[in-house]
Amino acid sequence: MSKTPEKQKGDPETTGHVWDGIEEFNNPLPRWWLWTLYICIIWAIGYAIAYPAWPMLTRATPGLLGWSTRGDVAADIAAVQEANAEINARLASTELTQISADGNLNSFAVSSGAAVFKTWCAQCHGSGAAGAKGYPNLLDDDWLWGGDIEAIHTTVSHGIRNDDDDDARYSEMPAFGRDELLEGAEIDQVVNFVMSLSGDAQDASQVAAGSVIYEDNCSACHAEDGTGDREQGAPNLTDAIWLYGGDYATLSETVSNARYGVMPSWNQRLSEAQVRAVSLYVHQLGGGE
Amino acid sequence: MAILDKHKIIETNATLLLVLSFLVVTIGGLVQITPLFWLENTIEKVEGMRPYSPLELTGRDIYVREGCYVCHSQMIRPMRDEVERYGHYSLAAESMYDHPFQWGSKRTGPDLARVGGRYSDEWHIDHLRDPQSVVPESVMPKYGFLENKMINPDYMVELMETHRLVGVPYDDAMIENAAADFLVQADPDGDSDAMLARYPGAQVRNFDGQPGISEADALVAYLQMLGTLVDFSTFTPDASR
Repeated sequence: MSKTPEKQKGDPETTGHVWDGIEEFNNPLPRWWLWTLYICIIWAIGYAIAYPAWPMLTRATPGLLGWSTRGDVAADIAAVQEANAEINARLASTELTQISADGNLNSFAVSSGAAVFKTWCAQCHGSGAAGAKGYPNLLDDDWLWGGDIEAIHTTVSHGIRNDDDDDARYSEMPAFGRDELLEGAEIDQVVNFVMSLSGDAQDASQVAAGSVIYEDNCSACHAEDGTGDREQGAPNLTDAIWLYGGDYATLSETVSNARYGVMPSWNQRLSEAQVRAVSLYVHQLGGGE
Repeated sequence: MAILDKHKIIETNATLLLVLSFLVVTIGGLVQITPLFWLENTIEKVEGMRPYSPLELTGRDIYVREGCYVCHSQMIRPMRDEVERYGHYSLAAESMYDHPFQWGSKRTGPDLARVGGRYSDEWHIDHLRDPQSVVPESVMPKYGFLENKMINPDYMVELMETHRLVGVPYDDAMIENAAADFLVQADPDGDSDAMLARYPGAQVRNFDGQPGISEADALVAYLQMLGTLVDFSTFTPDASR
């Protein structure tokens, strides 16, 4: 065991502990560190007085400032609502067709509509609004229920084929195969005819027979010339734009079982100003009429 | 102070040190934990909350099994951006029948606390089958296999009894009718009145649009009820909580 060095003059006191002959100087803590500690303690006491802190029997101490997470978020939301209250009221009350003429209001509506779209619509219609199979593309000129601002506003407000809103747009194509309205061979024929409207039929020899089937079963909604009817949400069959697909197999499936895409009604979830904003946003994407 | 100089006694006596340490931890624990059992504002009572229906509970098990919580949270925090995106912030009571809770800790995908009713069943089925078909930028894996795995309520009673054991208030009628309630919730043509009386607000549909009850039916039934039980048009949260 080495010998403990002699204490020098001016060395600080030791702590009094000795381990194996090793002693420990009792150096004072650095001043800056000690003062930081004291300030932290004082800060903590002040914090515990100002903010909710100590759990008591029925509730925690509320703190002098009366702060709460819930109050905080409510105040945040209220502040933004208040800041936008005037322009939102103007958006909700201006005639729909006149909004785009009001530059300031229009640019507010479009950017606020873009936020609404990304939150509520993008999941089905895509973040760029290009849609997906079964979910319409909102960028093109093809509209099921109409592409002017009023038609878009009605669709967004009430939705399509939902049970929540009595004014929801509703149409129901018969399931020609499942409900045995047409024979398998007749479905083949009419599918070939429909394909011929916008391109080439799978089997050109069936087109003529298919046109008769079409005339009897389909033309009431999709129109004699296949251009559809927006009053009933019957798609245009001649434009080579397909919601579910225009190939033979997909069209056979569509004619046999029909398709009933749904869209929620948004007037219950969103404010009128938000509904209008997102309608205007969709309208200006490129396909608006 | 003389008593402070006696720490050598504790430090040289391991058993005494252990006993005293335990005492200190106990006091600390009591101070922190026991008030939670009395604090009236720990969990506020909220109208509308009910235990999961058998089909929803099965769907929840599938949600847990597939690890959905790894990428999806079920906890809308009280912040403006979250409230505007996902809806009303989550309440403690909304997880009161969750064993274990599904708050999650990471959002690779969006929060699901209020996903119920936000999309159609068809969307959920399309999305589970091939998430990129509806959300091209999504990194979610495909769960189409859920549609092909048929399930039955054979162990429903045991599952619900286990949940009752840990405090979910399933009553005897619920347990007795577990299998029937399970089947009728996925059958739009069945007589679901009794099930709906036991589980108000449960949605009765053929969720995956295909015959039979698959795991996809159960999972979509669960997703479609998430966050829908509390009616926020009549409930006003106490701001001081």
